Amino acid sequence: MRAEAIRVENLVFKYNRLEVLSDLSFSVNAGDYVGLVGPNGSGKSTLIKAILGLLSPSSGRVSLFGHAASDMKDRERVGYLPQKMSFFNPNFPATVRETVALGLVSTKKFPKRMGSGDEEAIDRALEMLHISDLKREMIGALSGGQQQRVFIARALVNEPEVLLLDEPTTALDPETRDGFFELLGSLNTQKRVTVMLVTHDLGTIGKFAQKLLYMDKRIIFYGGFDDFCRSEEMTRFFGSSSQHLICHRHE
Amino acid sequence: MSIMDFLEYGFIQRAVIAGAFISVLCSTLGVLLVLRRLSLIGDGLAHVTFGSVAVALLFKVYPLYISLPIVMASSFGILKLMARARIGGDAAIGILSAVGIAGGVLVASLAGGFNVDLFSFLFGNILSISMEEVYTSIILSLIVLAVIVFNYHDIFSITFDEEFAKACGINTNRINYMIVLFTAVTVVLTMKVVGIMLTSALLIFPAVTAFQFARSFRNALIIAAVVALVSLVCGIVLSLLMNLPTGASIVIVHFAVFIAAFMLRNAVSREKARC
Repeated sequence: MRAEAIRVENLVFKYNRLEVLSDLSFSVNAGDYVGLVGPNGSGKSTLIKAILGLLSPSSGRVSLFGHAASDMKDRERVGYLPQKMSFFNPNFPATVRETVALGLVSTKKFPKRMGSGDEEAIDRALEMLHISDLKREMIGALSGGQQQRVFIARALVNEPEVLLLDEPTTALDPETRDGFFELLGSLNTQKRVTVMLVTHDLGTIGKFAQKLLYMDKRIIFYGGFDDFCRSEEMTRFFGSSSQHLICHRHE
Repeated sequence: MSIMDFLEYGFIQRAVIAGAFISVLCSTLGVLLVLRRLSLIGDGLAHVTFGSVAVALLFKVYPLYISLPIVMASSFGILKLMARARIGGDAAIGILSAVGIAGGVLVASLAGGFNVDLFSFLFGNILSISMEEVYTSIILSLIVLAVIVFNYHDIFSITFDEEFAKACGINTNRINYMIVLFTAVTVVLTMKVVGIMLTSALLIFPAVTAFQFARSFRNALIIAAVVALVSLVCGIVLSLLMNLPTGASIVIVHFAVFIAAFMLRNAVSREKARC
């Protein structure tokens, strides 16, 4: 039996009095690939942040590898890609290399110094995303799609065991997006990286993820795609045409 | 008189040495603050310094001893207001800034005036800097710069993307408090160089000038430090040669260097576009 990578128990999160997450409980096993979907404002990003320990739950518990998320020490085991527009200052004077290197900070102890092994890790991550030629470029001078690939490289550079990605393909063109999903798929199948990915692209995620977590403040469906496609309850929820579209792509 | 003749004077040597350390400190913190859109925190804390100097003069205590703790506490106050009062950084800075000035004016009024001109602190006088102030500036600058160097990766990470830094396990609260605390110390030290009214110039100008040419974060820190040093020395020399106020001269040189860098970058960009 595979070990649990993420466990969420009775998680409630409120912004002031507004309940954003309502009594969520689920677990993700090591090696799972979970697509996290739901309408805008359904609490997907909040859930990701709670799993990372960035937000303290109003009640309930979140564990990563058996440790409370907020107290977890082995941060290098987790890779994270935030929603791009929420943080990025396009005028920031940083190179692509410097940006990707930020993903290695969690692996360092004081005084944090970068070595030749780190340079190789950066080169590998850039190579994986086919952006080695951009290494010396300024991050702000790149196109939106190139920037997103740099941030994905930053999330992958420390070779994490769990990857949490918040709408990673928003700025990518269809070709790059498909390449990115292929890459995630191979990381998941070959390196057993656990992936949890927020997306609005139900059709595409159906081709790659093994599991679907559909939420709207509470969990509406969590299980395998086959179960989703067979579920009459989901047919009633989505309508048969939408469900057929998702399941067709999955097949 | 040549520039070398000027440098033989002890008061000018003291001004250049203390000013150099404080300028490098200001430029380093300025890069971090400007990138985090907290440029005006220097201005706000400088206004608090005005109030704290009034308190020091009221109790006839050396201003640095009173200003340092009050301004440091105020810097924490800004962070607390931002975190707990649901207001933005600009509003929190504005609140402290107004209270600092109002408090200073009230204390001065209640004291019925001071023997030392409170308003002389508004524009500073680097040429009157004492040996004790030189040592204080050097020691505090070296401590702050050493801590920044040892925490370089954490500080860079937080400056670039605080949420990601937190997800990486970096104690973002500790670093944030550290940066505003260092800013408070720097603002108090800068009071003597350019005065309370012009403090933010030493924080902002080197950073925005460096951003015109910087090719990396490290590069930006180095360029900002060089710009700060060059502007300081040129400002002091200009003030001596033309018999002008030193603090204001330093700030005007900073502005001229920024404009020159801005125009040069635009010219280079146009040339590249043409090619």
